[in-house]
Amino acid sequence: MIDLIVFLVLLALGYVFGRFAESRHFKSIQQREQEFAGVLAFSERLPPPSMAHREVALVGGNVVISVDYFKMIAAGLRSLFGGRVRAFESLTERARREALLRMKQEARDLGAQMVVNVKLETASISKGNKGQVGAVEVYAYGTALIEQALT
Amino acid sequence: MLVSNIEIIPGKRIAKHLGLVQGNTVRTKHLGRDLMAGLKNIFGGELKGYTELLNDAREEAVQRMMQQAESMGANAIINVRFSTSSVAAGAAELFAYGTAVILE
Repeated sequence: MIDLIVFLVLLALGYVFGRFAESRHFKSIQQREQEFAGVLAFSERLPPPSMAHREVALVGGNVVISVDYFKMIAAGLRSLFGGRVRAFESLTERARREALLRMKQEARDLGAQMVVNVKLETASISKGNKGQVGAVEVYAYGTALIEQALT
Repeated sequence: MLVSNIEIIPGKRIAKHLGLVQGNTVRTKHLGRDLMAGLKNIFGGELKGYTELLNDAREEAVQRMMQQAESMGANAIINVRFSTSSVAAGAAELFAYGTAVILE
């Protein structure tokens, strides 16, 4: 009985706080994406010929985002039936967009307006027990092309 | 030392390729951070401690790669890639590798 209560309380806490944290994070991501709209990121391997004479620097941004209890249970249930796990989709999306934003921030701090050859790397950081996904890490990196006048 | 993940450095010619250089580091989380992370696993949200930890670790991997390149006499590393793998429970290896070159 106690176990069930604890479980339900954790579930409710996860749902309420997780939802809140997620919507707040998405709002902040959207706002910053507008702010950094001037910094372009491409997965193109080489810089465009017109930008060929810029200074280059490696820039990157990473973020680790934790799952909440509700997502964990929802995903666990989902794995019984199979199919899309929306709870985790939003998690990785958040992480990826945040990592890209941090990369752009670093690029802008260097005076760059373009980042080419952007690569994204995702790693799951398990808590070690039962092999559950505890958190997801995304690292975004690329080469910033810096205006020479500024360096 | 110029570090970049594109294959050429714009406006510069590669005089000599020196081959692969690499740097790695294995890090583990510490107890205090882990406790916080355990709590966060209920509420969700960013694990700032881990973000920092991995960022520092990656910087160190890059530093080691740069040292190796320097000892080979290179002045730039191109085509840099990163890779992460979890070695054991709670420990992660961060690995950076690239091609050391001499630019003219």
